Amino acid sequence: MSLFICTMADTQRGIILTTLVTAFSIYSAHLYTSLPVKSYPVNREAGNGKQVWQRYNCTACHQIYGLGGYLGPDLTNVYSFRGPDYIKMLMKSGTDIMPNLHLSDEEINNLLAYLKSIDASGSADARTFKLKKDGTIEQ
Amino acid sequence: MSNKHLTIPKIFMLAGLIILSAGLLFGLTGALQYIVPGFLKQFLSFEKTRPLHVSAILFWIITGSSGAVFSYLQQSTGKKIYSVLLAKIQCYIFSACIVLIFISYCIGIFGGREYWEFPPALGLPIAIAWVLFLFNYLKSVSGFKNQPVYVWMWLTGIVFFLFTFLESYLWIFPYFRNNIVNDMTIQWKSYGSMVGSWNMLIYGSSIFLMEKIMGVSSYSRTRLAFLMYFLGLFNLMFNWGHHIYTLPTHNYIKHVSYIVSMTELLIFGKIIYQWKSSLDSAKKYGHYAAYSLLLSADAWVFLTLALSILMSVPAINVYTHGTHFTVAHAMGATIGINSLLLLAFASDILMQPPAISNKKFKISLWTVNIALFVFWISLIAAGIQKARWQMSTEKIPFSVMMLEQRPIFIIFFIAGLVLTIGLLLIIYPLIKWPLMSSDKTGKQVVA
Repeated sequence: MSLFICTMADTQRGIILTTLVTAFSIYSAHLYTSLPVKSYPVNREAGNGKQVWQRYNCTACHQIYGLGGYLGPDLTNVYSFRGPDYIKMLMKSGTDIMPNLHLSDEEINNLLAYLKSIDASGSADARTFKLKKDGTIEQ
Repeated sequence: MSNKHLTIPKIFMLAGLIILSAGLLFGLTGALQYIVPGFLKQFLSFEKTRPLHVSAILFWIITGSSGAVFSYLQQSTGKKIYSVLLAKIQCYIFSACIVLIFISYCIGIFGGREYWEFPPALGLPIAIAWVLFLFNYLKSVSGFKNQPVYVWMWLTGIVFFLFTFLESYLWIFPYFRNNIVNDMTIQWKSYGSMVGSWNMLIYGSSIFLMEKIMGVSSYSRTRLAFLMYFLGLFNLMFNWGHHIYTLPTHNYIKHVSYIVSMTELLIFGKIIYQWKSSLDSAKKYGHYAAYSLLLSADAWVFLTLALSILMSVPAINVYTHGTHFTVAHAMGATIGINSLLLLAFASDILMQPPAISNKKFKISLWTVNIALFVFWISLIAAGIQKARWQMSTEKIPFSVMMLEQRPIFIIFFIAGLVLTIGLLLIIYPLIKWPLMSSDKTGKQVVA
């Protein structure tokens, strides 16, 4: 009898686990095949800029959409907020905290193109979000 | 001195403790760079110290939890693991990888992704080591019929870590990386679930250890234990969207995550309900190392979960996101919960009970808990200040806001220093004991 109960419990557990794993697989597959942004301009400079961003580990200090390190500011909309000349000047000289990474002109231009493409993807300014009564937000 | 008594779980634990010690020192250096701008800027600037700290702590978690699983699996089944050699290879790969990762960071070679900031090529040996872990685990467990909940949790943790780790490398394909929103959606899908996967390994081991200390095995086969496991798995799979509420991604991701995250209130309620019995048990079984660490972690689960549930409400998350609230949550989880639990496993696996005096241990643990609390509160204070700045209509420059936060960062650094000292006082005897003791004292019979 006790063996029967244990077997039943195992069957129930198996069913719950299978259901969850199936739901997760469908959810993941659906997301992979229907990514949020379907059409966007392919920009070779911005693609190279992403590589520069990763190569110098900019994410250790800077955030994009609030994700990353906190020593430096969020750079999601820095392109439209500060403009390319200001950003260029900072990249060339560094600051008290940010080291001068000795970026080449090409790397700087690529990074600018990358920051421009991020800026065009949306706003990270929390003040612009609309808070709803059910606790959700509208961008 | 012979090292035959250094069994596989002990080797994993010792490697993990050494990596943790290094991670603490890197963390302290990073914290100092917050209050002394430009400190070590030419040699070890923040873009190096942060990944050194983060990677060390992540490797402490995966190495320590692997050691705990190997030890407790053997104790649970009463048999040796399938292959000691495979486990050794796994441990050596982890150790070699972290050394290579440290070197690559120091010389400025990065992969530049959050969490896994090392060059992507090093992800391959880590994935291979994890496949070996999965194979060894499956061959060591004789079946899943009528098994306690922790055996299920360990399998879940191993499988999902492997899956999410591989998923976190989807960015190498242009289809996933070419647009920032698509890239970040998949990136945080994998990271959110990955945290849940190592929690499965750690929480499963803590259930085993709690039952071992109490001398009973009644909980791990109950319906409640399995319901909690399935609830944890449900959250692991679907609550990751709370990391990206402010990203302009699919709305359904945010809504699913919001609803699923709120089911954590059930776990929260269970903790409050069981609080009194935990405290009574502490008195009954005495405050020796492992049990005291488990109890401390319990308190941190409570605080961290409370913060986590609040941050999972999108309308609140708008204020906390991108601020030190997130760091407070991460520190509460990785130090207060994961590290204290892993230290409990380490003290159970590495030491015979009288290896450290109760008095010394109590002082160290109280130091850790008080310092961590101050550390945690200072991060919340910094979070409040940054949230106010983010929401302010006055355009105060970022550098001015950071300067205003300096007194908080000084408290944060001092608390971090005391916390590091407290943790090192716990770690030191754990490393010393198995290395100094002879074969006769190493009573563990398993591999």
